[in-house]
Amino acid sequence: MSQQTEKVTTNKLDVAGTSITMRSSGEGQPLLVLHGELGFPGWMKYHNILSNEYKVYAPSHPGFDDSDRVDWMMEIRDLAGWYLEAIDDIGLDDINLVGFSLGGWIAAEMAVMDPDKFRKLVLVAPTGIKPEKGEIYDIFLNLPADYLKEAFNQSTSAEEYQSICPDEPSPEKSELWEVAREQSCKLAWKPYMYNQTLNHLLHRLKSLETFIIWGSEDNIVPIDSGRIYSESIPGSVLDVMKGLGHRPEIEDPAEFTTRVLKFLK
Amino acid sequence: MLIGHFTERPYQDPESGYFGATGLPIKDLDLSNDIYDPVIGSKLYNRYLDEKIYAEEMGFDALMLNEHHSTPFCMGGAMNVEASILARITNKAKIVLLGNILPIWDDPLWLVEQLAMIDMISKGRLVSGWVRGTGRESVAHNAPPAYNWERFQEAHDFIVKAWTEPGPFRWEGKHYQYRYVNPWVRPYQKPHPQIMLPGVVSKDSVMWAARQRIPYVMLANQLEPTRQSFQIYKDTAKEEGYEAGSQNFGYLWKVHVDETEELADEVARKFVQGPSNPFLAGNEGTANPALLKLPGLTSRSRVLPTQQAATANRGGQLSRSYEEQVEDYTIIAGTPKTVIPKIRHVLEYLRPGSVFFWDGDGAMTHDDQMRSLRLMGEEVIPAVREIADELGLKSPFEVSPSTGEPINQSTSDIVVPAAD
Repeated sequence: MSQQTEKVTTNKLDVAGTSITMRSSGEGQPLLVLHGELGFPGWMKYHNILSNEYKVYAPSHPGFDDSDRVDWMMEIRDLAGWYLEAIDDIGLDDINLVGFSLGGWIAAEMAVMDPDKFRKLVLVAPTGIKPEKGEIYDIFLNLPADYLKEAFNQSTSAEEYQSICPDEPSPEKSELWEVAREQSCKLAWKPYMYNQTLNHLLHRLKSLETFIIWGSEDNIVPIDSGRIYSESIPGSVLDVMKGLGHRPEIEDPAEFTTRVLKFLK
Repeated sequence: MLIGHFTERPYQDPESGYFGATGLPIKDLDLSNDIYDPVIGSKLYNRYLDEKIYAEEMGFDALMLNEHHSTPFCMGGAMNVEASILARITNKAKIVLLGNILPIWDDPLWLVEQLAMIDMISKGRLVSGWVRGTGRESVAHNAPPAYNWERFQEAHDFIVKAWTEPGPFRWEGKHYQYRYVNPWVRPYQKPHPQIMLPGVVSKDSVMWAARQRIPYVMLANQLEPTRQSFQIYKDTAKEEGYEAGSQNFGYLWKVHVDETEELADEVARKFVQGPSNPFLAGNEGTANPALLKLPGLTSRSRVLPTQQAATANRGGQLSRSYEEQVEDYTIIAGTPKTVIPKIRHVLEYLRPGSVFFWDGDGAMTHDDQMRSLRLMGEEVIPAVREIADELGLKSPFEVSPSTGEPINQSTSDIVVPAAD
């Protein structure tokens, strides 16, 4: 890892009535990064590159990793509502919001509830919308390693693949996956990984600049969900990255961050 | 001693090959029902009901049913339908449901009604067990596994209240909400049918059963881990201020009796052939590892000593061979002469007040089952009763599992109105 990793600060934060783990690094406008259904992947290259120009905040959602559980949350919209209070408590404003997969769904729900809170929105292959073509891959009926393999178009060539999906995951890593799957299950078991009302509310984002990124070879969330997101959010752009799967930020961090930084400028 | 008969009612045909009617290895969720033959299904449902009638004739106290979903190893996808039929076509045996899968239903009021109807039609013979279900149950009915334990407990509380307290009342719970609870059915037994809890994996469930003073039935596991699991119940009972005895424990295991030792051995090998439950120790079949790890279904740390043999490290083929199972008494097969002393060993080791002989399963035929039921009735059941008396093993219908007091008309926990 580069030297910048050393500049990452990890804190336990008491926000919105619960205690979560927050990592932050960099200077500048706030950029809040919301992880997906398997929890915080570790501080990756894309975090580093983004933190060269922004102050990156990377929390673990309540119930994920070692953040405390919040029993009343039973759907993603609950978690999104909690996050709005959490960013008030942290004191963030004019936020650039980036969400991956399930984290993208959370980001979309947050933005819909309070669009003025955000400067720009980046959704990376978000769940949350039922595709008309294809089905969202069932992470609960597949083991984490099988799911991760499916999430990459060319898993072996992705440099950081081993760090998020080692050949022999440690017991600690396996346990963190199980914790994340259990919490995702509590929030998104049924309907599986989408909210039937979200697309009707996405018009609320008409004045929030929104960038939607999808790998052309995404086997986890069909790109048709991206089409619906993009058609539902006026003025949004759907950017398809050729030859990449569900995790473009890991498969090609340089190209991914170039596109994101260009949009955020 | 309560002596019960059990089979999972596998989807097999009388000429079944190694894997039963499907001819295919069973891996959960991988097998399409496009090969389902309703003619075979129809014959089998009737066969298994006929065997239950004969089991009652042969002197079994209890006819046990269970429920699984979307799998060939158990045809009891709607167990309460079978129980309803038994309620009418049998006369004296208890109908023991082990059990209804509480967390998978969004409407437990429907269970309140169904079970009360079965209790009335059977004139108070229902024993109503609850289970949490395996992963396939949550998947089949799309119930959230991560809320399995919360939903189990809330559904139990709700059902008991709906059985015992006059309606109408409201129920505003976390997982279930009703504005008008007033079912026009009441259980025949007062205050309500005996509840039992079968299981094999979850320590939380055993401790819960002990706190509720509900008998716990271990499902087909090795003797020593079973005894250790019972000890967890006993320790919890002690903390609750009571002494758990045989009336608090049940044990289900594979017992087959036949006319000769050779025939018994040949037939008992069919326990591990055909479509049998891959979740239980030593069975044939490949368990789907993702189903075993369904998120939040059971605690990953609070597991029973029996969990190792039941679900841990599964996913391969036969985890314990037929010979090993015979060796450790989890399969008992033979003539009455050789079977009875082995059953005695199990009763001495575990001291259960209720036993369920699991028979007629896997690839066994109707004839295999009927021979065994006859010999059980003629020789095994009377001998087991004598052994149980000698060892002082009492069922929850002889000694109260909540007080430890002998049950008679005046002290009974559960009152059954006299039939006409």
